[in-house]
Amino acid sequence: MLKVKLRNLSSPLSLILLAFTLIFSNPTIAQDAADEAATTATETPAADGVGDAAAGEALFKANCAACHKLYKRATGPALFGVGDKYDRDWLYRWIKNSQELIQSGDAQAVAIFEEYNQSVMTAFPQLSNEDIDNIIAYTYTPKPEPTIANGPGGDNGGGGGSGVSNNIILGVLALVFVMLVVMLFLVTKTLKRIAEANGVVYPEKEPRTPLWKAFAQNQFLVLVTSIFLLLAAGYFGYGYLMQVGIDQGYAPVQPIHYSHKIHAGANQIDCNYCHSSARKSKHSGIPSLNVCMNCHKNIAEYNGELDPELGYTKEFYDGEIQKLYAAVGWDEATQSYTGEEKPVKWVRIHNLPDFAYFNHSQHVTVAGIECQKCHGPVEEMEIMRQHAPLTMGWCINCHRETNVNMAGNEYYEKIHEELAKKYGVDQVTAAQMGGLECGKCHY
Amino acid sequence: MNKFSDSNMASNKKYWKSVEELNENSSIMETLQQNEFAQPIPTDDFLGNKENLSASSTTRRDFLKYVGFSTAAASLAACEGPVIKSIPYVVAPDEIVPGVANYYATTMADGFDFANVLVKTREGRPIKIERNDLAKNGGAVNARVHASVLSMYDKNRLQNPMVNGADASWEDLDAAVAQRMNEMSGKDVVLLTQTFASPSTSKLIQEFTAKYPNVRHVIYDAVSSSEALDAFQNKYGTRGLADYDFSKAEVIVSVGADFIGDWQGGGYEGGYAKGRIPKNGKMSKHFQFEANMSLSGANADVRVPVTPSQQLQVLKALTGGSTSGLPENVTVAVAKAKAHLQKAGSNGVVVTGIPTVEAQTIALNYNDGKSVMDTAKPRMTAMGNTREVKRVMDGVISGTVKGLITVGVDPVYSFPNAEFAEAYKNLEMSLAFAMNPDATASAAKLVAAVPHYLESWGDVQLKKGTFSVMQPTIKPLFDTRQFQQCLLNWTGRNNVNYYDYLKDFMEGSVLGGTSWNQVVHDGVVESNATLTGDADTTTANEFELESSTSNGAMAFTSQSNGMELTLYTKTGLGDGRQANNPWLQELPDPITRTSWDNYVTISKVDADELGLENYNVADGGLNGDYVNISMNGVTIENVPVLIQPGQAKGSIGLALGYGRMEGLQKEMQTGVNGFRFYNNFSSVQTGVTLEKASGVHEFACVQLHNTMMGRDIIKETTLEIFNTKNKHDWNPVPEVSKDHQEIPVTSPDADLWDEFDRSVGHHFNLSIDLNACTGCGACVIACHAENNVPVVGKEEMRRSRDMHWLRIDRYYSSEESFAGDNEKKENISGLGSSLSEYGEMENPSANPQVAFQPVMCQHCNHAPCETVCPVAATSHGRQGQNHMAYNRCVGTRYCANNCPYKVRRFNWFLYAENDEFDFHMNNDLGRMVLNPDVVVRSRGVMEKCSMCIQMTQKSILDAKRAGKPVEDAKFQTACSAACETGAIAFGDINDNESEVHELKQNDRMYHLLEAVGTEPNVFYQAKVRNTNEA
Repeated sequence: MLKVKLRNLSSPLSLILLAFTLIFSNPTIAQDAADEAATTATETPAADGVGDAAAGEALFKANCAACHKLYKRATGPALFGVGDKYDRDWLYRWIKNSQELIQSGDAQAVAIFEEYNQSVMTAFPQLSNEDIDNIIAYTYTPKPEPTIANGPGGDNGGGGGSGVSNNIILGVLALVFVMLVVMLFLVTKTLKRIAEANGVVYPEKEPRTPLWKAFAQNQFLVLVTSIFLLLAAGYFGYGYLMQVGIDQGYAPVQPIHYSHKIHAGANQIDCNYCHSSARKSKHSGIPSLNVCMNCHKNIAEYNGELDPELGYTKEFYDGEIQKLYAAVGWDEATQSYTGEEKPVKWVRIHNLPDFAYFNHSQHVTVAGIECQKCHGPVEEMEIMRQHAPLTMGWCINCHRETNVNMAGNEYYEKIHEELAKKYGVDQVTAAQMGGLECGKCHY
Repeated sequence: MNKFSDSNMASNKKYWKSVEELNENSSIMETLQQNEFAQPIPTDDFLGNKENLSASSTTRRDFLKYVGFSTAAASLAACEGPVIKSIPYVVAPDEIVPGVANYYATTMADGFDFANVLVKTREGRPIKIERNDLAKNGGAVNARVHASVLSMYDKNRLQNPMVNGADASWEDLDAAVAQRMNEMSGKDVVLLTQTFASPSTSKLIQEFTAKYPNVRHVIYDAVSSSEALDAFQNKYGTRGLADYDFSKAEVIVSVGADFIGDWQGGGYEGGYAKGRIPKNGKMSKHFQFEANMSLSGANADVRVPVTPSQQLQVLKALTGGSTSGLPENVTVAVAKAKAHLQKAGSNGVVVTGIPTVEAQTIALNYNDGKSVMDTAKPRMTAMGNTREVKRVMDGVISGTVKGLITVGVDPVYSFPNAEFAEAYKNLEMSLAFAMNPDATASAAKLVAAVPHYLESWGDVQLKKGTFSVMQPTIKPLFDTRQFQQCLLNWTGRNNVNYYDYLKDFMEGSVLGGTSWNQVVHDGVVESNATLTGDADTTTANEFELESSTSNGAMAFTSQSNGMELTLYTKTGLGDGRQANNPWLQELPDPITRTSWDNYVTISKVDADELGLENYNVADGGLNGDYVNISMNGVTIENVPVLIQPGQAKGSIGLALGYGRMEGLQKEMQTGVNGFRFYNNFSSVQTGVTLEKASGVHEFACVQLHNTMMGRDIIKETTLEIFNTKNKHDWNPVPEVSKDHQEIPVTSPDADLWDEFDRSVGHHFNLSIDLNACTGCGACVIACHAENNVPVVGKEEMRRSRDMHWLRIDRYYSSEESFAGDNEKKENISGLGSSLSEYGEMENPSANPQVAFQPVMCQHCNHAPCETVCPVAATSHGRQGQNHMAYNRCVGTRYCANNCPYKVRRFNWFLYAENDEFDFHMNNDLGRMVLNPDVVVRSRGVMEKCSMCIQMTQKSILDAKRAGKPVEDAKFQTACSAACETGAIAFGDINDNESEVHELKQNDRMYHLLEAVGTEPNVFYQAKVRNTNEA
């Protein structure tokens, strides 16, 4: 019986199944090779062997990194190989208290002070000479090889042409599939011919009424089908109309590729650091560029995780930082503002209609709701998108379900007491507070 | 056979549409039978050339295809949301948080209105004017002050300086002025300015005239208080206006002084209203003798219509003179007023608006030493000297004055002498500092564009010893420069900024120990500094010579022939400097309830004599006849006539400030120029003749019925009854019959609805005290600014399609008093009597009592509007507000029809971004005034007062963020915050300590149309009139 069943299976169907299996089992081993190149080990000892570079690195990051970079001028000069440029004792004195040195009239110190726009370097009397040696040792760390950054995309190694090879494999598979189909037809044809030759006679099929005619004659079926079709049309029509104007998932291309994943995710910057008005205003506010520059004055290049697959290379990110500098008018070479500003025209993602009132501070400060509750896992979003549907039903649902955070807020004391008594509950939802009234959001 | 001929009746009857049809052989009928249209339809006009048409490749089918495609394409495209850009600051100013308003204290001083104000700014743009509570002597923040923020966003403002009619840069103008000033050396040049009341400006002007000794400074107030200044200067030595504190007055007798209006700078309504609220059985008693029906007359306990020529005698009689020759009713009233004054002793005060030094002196002498009048610290807000101004006017006309520099004044428009305009064009030098291209600026050779006060620095001494600071709240919108900065530049101090000059001046001469930052923050500081530039001392000596002997040309003489004209200023436009402000144009006059116009007010008797009439037409609009008014050879033609109950017989009134044509948008060029009759800068003119002209004027009057017909829409009682009788006698709760028993309508048994528990949380109520409300209209404009109420224009106002969320109803009594109306109504019996007497009661009396009643949405707990809305667009909130969800409204207007208070407003049109309504919402500049917290409504939706829910929401949220209960004072609506008199109070009645909770328990409390059972959340305090006899 089993055999018969199998034989009756229409042959194209089995072919399709086969093709699917083949496609999805397409091996992606090739890609893995790329990542291996990314691993590097750069343990270069300090030039003169004095000091512990590893300890120096920790000290550098804690004390110096805010103003100094190894290979590039920042607020202060680039520090790579600083031990060769200056006398070691002079460096001790400078680092421990540069102002003292300048006031003492040291020509070298004054020259540096003038060169860097008289910006005062913080004094570090807490650093011992040994610490300073360690830091200087660290400054001899050579610049990492640039090959790392463009590793996977650039060479013609194992995984280099993965995109091309995938296509070839797919093409070959398609060819095999077509051949199989042709072969199957040939086989059935041949079998039929053999059967005929062997005298096997298939029973003559009665000419049946065409299916559509039979369907049309069966009035009940027609009725049921039309009801079904109407219902389906209604369902999908309604569904279509209801999504008009809902931009869930809207992720427009922004003038500067700002990655929330890097800022809020990798660097764990608090949302409110940039969107500070969310705490006191109805708008969360798009941060002004001077807020960006609080950090980006010192961060001119990107050294984090990359995803070259999607084009997120180091060059790409660095280019985006350059866009910021261009907009805010920051001249990297002189570390100063040129005054030529070009405001950034961001594309607004969350657009509530004008007739709906929404206040961020109510939700962020008073209710203490996480930003992610409405905005989704922003810290994982490379490209910011609208997470929630922002429909009225969505708002109201939350108001129905959420208990008002009243603890420790004197404003709510009396109201809570009375409401709790009225509804006989301990916790009061936003809806019970009147959060569903039309006029609370529409006026 | 015709079937109709069977019946006699049918066959005899012949229906005809035109008499011509009865004529059997009419050629016209012949033609008409052949052709349906008497004239051929001009099809060729729109189908054009037949050949062209047939040659066209577009067939009808193609056309339909195009239409179909474009409709489909348009609707598909509409599904795609627009891309909205958001552009943050590059470097955000510290004080600006998007979405949070900032407030700055500043001072308005435009030469007519002076007030300390708070300016609400959002994202750096001023959007609303509020009162500054720190300022105790701050002047009133009246309707014009509230509206002044919109005047800044006027697209018709001067945007740059001009030299000889061409746009120029400031360097060009500086050079041109320097050159011209050198040429003018030795010739008479007049610097004609508004009253600045600014010590630093006075100093700068002195420095300027020191550099150019041929320049003399003359102060010109378009609406003059010169006689009062002269009288004050005569008596007290300094030039200023006596300040009055009417809250201390027990008896106020006003002879022709509209002190609740703009008399001597105005701003007295706050103090007045304090004395009008009965406290411990006492309230002030107010007599008003006047010709026009003014706000003061409308609020008075006793109002006597007296022509201007009789007023002087009344004034004299009050202070000891004889009453012979006065009509009997006036004599009686004068005797009563006198008795009251005597009884009140030092708390009785007489004020007068008669424009003669003699009359002003009488009043000053009477009030001298009384607690009500303050002469030690006079007001400095009017400094004009009409004698000097007249000399300038005559000098320009005769050619002796060669140059004229005008600052903040528009003499070409506002000088009475029409020859001035021509003479002005021929001046050797004409330089106008102006904000708008007004009549003077458009005729001037040199024009300096000045900024609005919200873009300027400055100092103002409103009252001696009280200094205020004016600070900019926005960067200048246009290429303007302050007058003061120009003076600095022109006296060789190009490098000195006026701000630094001002700061140095204030720190040096005024502030003493107070820090400059503190003063800028507060906007006001008290200081006893005496300044050299305080008073206009230059003319004092000269003046005394003339005034000690007679009133000179300033006095008006009574003439037996003709009518007497009293020129007045309206609450809306004032002296007309803000005439391009649509809010003010559309603000109905509190008395006549007419907007977008001025008109001559006349008594019913005089109107009948001249055959003039007013009538309402089918759409509710008011129509009136025109008259030509002539005086001393000057005629103003086609002045609309409005019959004014209470106008003294033989007198007429005409508002100043209208009829401006230059620098105004077409829609705002309303009314006639009353300044043509402002001879000798005197508000009273005699020998005026009226002549009926042809044509009918269409008024934009929003109140159709003038009387209450004896109903208790406004509950009123007398002080005596209020003091002696039980509340239920004079303020009864209406009763209904249930099971043949009378129960109060407020009882739950009389209710159709189940009661909703409103004891938890906030429950907002609004209280309106009819004793304190003077009808000034400040709340109306404040409501416009807060709630983005659109301006609809004269045509729509006429159809009563005004969008005012808050209106101030004005009712006249049909008898001498409202009490008389009630009595008359009680005594009506029988059909005949009711037919005739109800008819009579529709008409106001010749001298009616007047009552004002602000009416906004009453936020009924049992709202009739809510139950009839088919889409639940209007619903009730727990906090007592009746919500209106505009986006839900489909515009059935059921709610408006079911509202007993008629407070709902329907958007018949799109009023924003619509060229048909070319007011501030139709241009980018004007839209800057919109409040971003309130939706701009679209066409086809209903709107109404929301009880400023955005403000209560904000107060609650602020409290939640701060983690403490809301203070009572934090709950405000735009109207309650704007009310100078404290008539409107807002708050939470569930808060037992709140003011409004206390007011709700007041004996005078009643609800409007309580019998309807709507349980409003707005309540009124019944009006009490002081009818006590001395």
